[in-house]
Amino acid sequence: MSPETPPPIEVHDLTVAYRHRPVLWDIDVVFPEGKLVAVVGPNGAGKSTLIKAIMGLVPLASGHVEVFGRPARQTQGAIAYVPQRESVDWEFPTTALDVVLMGRYGQLSLFGRPKRRDREIARNCLEKVGMAEYAKRQISQLSGGQQQRVFLARALAQQTRVYLMDEPFSGVDAATERAIVALLHDLREQGSTVVVVHHDLQTVPDYFDHVMLLNLRTVAFGPVGEVFTPENLHKTYGGRSHLLSEVTERLRQKEWIGRQ
Amino acid sequence: MNEPTELPPWLEFFTFSNVNVAFVFVGCVLLGMSTGVLGCFAFLRKRSLLGDALAHAALPGVCAAFLLTGTKNPLIILGGAMVSCWLGALSVEMIVRHTRCKEDSALGMVLSVFFGVGIVMLTYIQRTGEAAQAGLDKFLFGQAAALIDRDVWTLGILSVLILAVVALAYKEFKVFSFDPEFAAGIGLPVRTIEIILATLIVVAVGIGLQAVGVVLMAAMLVTPAAGARYWTERLGVMLIAAGTFGALSGGLGAYISYLSPKMPTGPWMVIAATILFAISFLFAPRRGVLPRLRRHFRFRRRTAEENVLRTLYLLGEPFEQWSDSYSTSELLQYRSMPTAQLARTLNRLIHKALVSEPAQGRYALTEFGVTRAARVTRLHRLWELYLTRKLEIAPDHVHDDAEEIEHILTPELEQRLAALLEHPDEDPHARTIPGRLQPGESGA
Amino acid sequence: MDPQPFYTAAIDGLFGSFPTDADSLWVMLIGSLVGASCALVGCFLILRRLSMLGDAISHAVLPGIVIAFLLTGSRNIFPMLIGAGALGLLTAFLTDSLHRYGKLQSDASIGVTFTWLFAGGVILISRFAGQVDLDTDCVLYGEIIFAPLDTLIIGDNEYGPRAVWMLGGVTIANLLFVLLGYKQLKVCAFDPELAASLGIKVALWHYLLMGFVSMTTVGAFESVGAILVVAMLVVPPNIAYLLTDRLGLMIGLAVLFGVLSAVLGYWIAYLLDASVAGAMATVSGIMFILVAFGSPSHGFVARQLAQRRAALSMAELAESTTP
Repeated sequence: MSPETPPPIEVHDLTVAYRHRPVLWDIDVVFPEGKLVAVVGPNGAGKSTLIKAIMGLVPLASGHVEVFGRPARQTQGAIAYVPQRESVDWEFPTTALDVVLMGRYGQLSLFGRPKRRDREIARNCLEKVGMAEYAKRQISQLSGGQQQRVFLARALAQQTRVYLMDEPFSGVDAATERAIVALLHDLREQGSTVVVVHHDLQTVPDYFDHVMLLNLRTVAFGPVGEVFTPENLHKTYGGRSHLLSEVTERLRQKEWIGRQ
Repeated sequence: MNEPTELPPWLEFFTFSNVNVAFVFVGCVLLGMSTGVLGCFAFLRKRSLLGDALAHAALPGVCAAFLLTGTKNPLIILGGAMVSCWLGALSVEMIVRHTRCKEDSALGMVLSVFFGVGIVMLTYIQRTGEAAQAGLDKFLFGQAAALIDRDVWTLGILSVLILAVVALAYKEFKVFSFDPEFAAGIGLPVRTIEIILATLIVVAVGIGLQAVGVVLMAAMLVTPAAGARYWTERLGVMLIAAGTFGALSGGLGAYISYLSPKMPTGPWMVIAATILFAISFLFAPRRGVLPRLRRHFRFRRRTAEENVLRTLYLLGEPFEQWSDSYSTSELLQYRSMPTAQLARTLNRLIHKALVSEPAQGRYALTEFGVTRAARVTRLHRLWELYLTRKLEIAPDHVHDDAEEIEHILTPELEQRLAALLEHPDEDPHARTIPGRLQPGESGA
Repeated sequence: MDPQPFYTAAIDGLFGSFPTDADSLWVMLIGSLVGASCALVGCFLILRRLSMLGDAISHAVLPGIVIAFLLTGSRNIFPMLIGAGALGLLTAFLTDSLHRYGKLQSDASIGVTFTWLFAGGVILISRFAGQVDLDTDCVLYGEIIFAPLDTLIIGDNEYGPRAVWMLGGVTIANLLFVLLGYKQLKVCAFDPELAASLGIKVALWHYLLMGFVSMTTVGAFESVGAILVVAMLVVPPNIAYLLTDRLGLMIGLAVLFGVLSAVLGYWIAYLLDASVAGAMATVSGIMFILVAFGSPSHGFVARQLAQRRAALSMAELAESTTP
């Protein structure tokens, strides 16, 4: 990473606290360009919350996020977001190609229609994930793995260099998993940055370059070889601090809004 | 001979000299009570609008009962209404279970289509000019004044029945409402409970139709329960509150209906229930909006006070004495806040004898103030230490966080914190942590 | 003389009873416009699971209509559409505020808000019965039958029924809204998080949709009343939802079924001398049931057959692999 170009994602002192959800405390991390980063931690550690906070989908109690050196709020569409599959109603009347086309909407003007070029891009992306022949298929007829691939194709269609993915490997078959890994490595070859919330510790060293160990706060962050140690894993998964939970609860009761 | 003075109608009501009036009043009160109570269970299962759909679905049953039997016997009408309601409930379930339509669509469709069928029947009956049908459109908006004693008896008995069932099956209903899966897991007959609850709602709708009407019945099932929710976290109390709100609304509706018989009763009951809701929503002690706002502002004020105290402490710390006074601009150098807020806060602190103003525009801590400020500083630094040591957050990041937390650590939490950190003397910035309070000192 | 075969006589009789006089045609046109305008916005309403909010809005516009009446002393289209339409937006806003700041669950927020507004409207009507050209029953099921007589008079000329102008305008407005905002409405309905991440203002489009729903209910109010508007908003889109998986086609089919409900509904009401609006809702319900059973793609019968076939092929597979 050259010293002149700002890093793709920089998170400063991020704190997120809202009812019934895990809290994130003082998250401070710089995601390096052109790497595959896994975010791991126990249930309720705040991994999805971190992703959503970076995307601006949840309010921040404090801290800020910069994307390529500019405030995140000004750079909508610079990050391609692949949410969890459950976040969407798959019985919506639309085809796979339509869903991928939605990824192009960020580039279109207010009343603009997708052009032929947009459709071509969408088709290409479907091909990259091996779903070209399902373009006209209704999404309700797709299997879990196929749905995940459609979501990935949608992210590809945004044609950005930064990807945030929330558990893309959960509930997919082996073939799809291999396909997704191949895709991620391709993206890395092209110099894109991919941050992935991942649930399977076994595969972290195989698939990813860097790892972020998260449990309400950053336990460790760095190259897999250095950071993915039994000691750090123990700290991450070793159980929540009771004091912290209680303080969190009192904060929630005081309905702490935060500094901003 | 003196003529007895006549009371104006609005007072005469309460003498209950007219037995029929008294009956109607009692009936409406009981109705309100039972729908309020039942509404709680629908509310807890997030199905408040089911009552709305079922109430509208009752209309074709009412008309059919009339068409088939030619009478307006309340029991028959009630029976028709209940059958129709039941069909409505079943339809909603079938739609959700066997088609891909969603629940809100099912409710909307059943509501409007059943009602449409009912309207077709109603207008057909009206056009055929049957004299006896004149009372049927009272079912749309309710007309308590039209209730005669056999109506009221039915109403009263069934209301009491509903309340009795709820009282008997209280434990089962409670578990079922909060967590149906758990209830099934411990062996409760979940399906049966669901059917019983639905049947009770159907009965409530049926008896409420004459008084409240089809269209507004929904409100009696939703609004009292929603209002009651603001007062408590406990189901039993919520049921009592909802029952009371419902009873009051019912009574008020009957009262107004008595005073002006041309007005339909339903809307007045709804307005009464909504006013009670608004009061709950605004004023209920813990969950009401105004108390929450008040707590929020009080917390902000306290935070500002403690921040100023800590700043004054910081200023005196290098010299380990706090008799010097400082100007507002000096204070603002250490801690930025809006000048007006600083002025207000200083005034309050002076009022509380924590700060003094030895010279014009210059402020110092009093003895009490020093103790207080020391405590707040202690909490701040303990928390900073906790964050760095236990959570391994870098030292230069912890300051902002501690700024927030220091205001909410209770003495108990403080002790646990100190124990956890093994009673430290220095914070991450190598500053001394002020000592623990000795017994007899107050930091509150 | 050759006696007519019974079936042609039956068909003649059946179609012969179809009303074709001028007034009837007007009523059917008005009903069709109601169906079409409601179907256009109703599709997005049901896809976003906001059917009951649509129900709430259609009730809550009542006090707005009454107040518009009382203030302007007339039934002028614009004050009504705008004033009462604003009340619909207010309902959406109040409901949302109760949910967000009052921490009240969303179903109860809807229930509490619209009921008192509607109750208020009914009380106003009862109180000012003389000055307001509505009666309580009409509020519920409309007076579409009288609509052809109520013509638009500007200066010295009559321009046909007022309702046609009003509903025609609303239908065109809805059509433009759906066409121009198609992709935003679609993304916001399908995946609001993605929409937000792409920079689309989800809240804005939500309130725009609610605004158009309000306007539509106000426009349809005099013709079909508060509750039956809901039928037109919700049922034809759901019928279409069971027939197709393509959004564009779904909207078109919903409009078609809306129009069908109007025409067939009027016919039945004509034969029975009953409420047209009620009949429209009834017909739409019957069509829904038929489609729910018989839809080739999503109907009950089709699903059973598909399950049966799947079970059979599993059995065949099992047989063919056992030695």
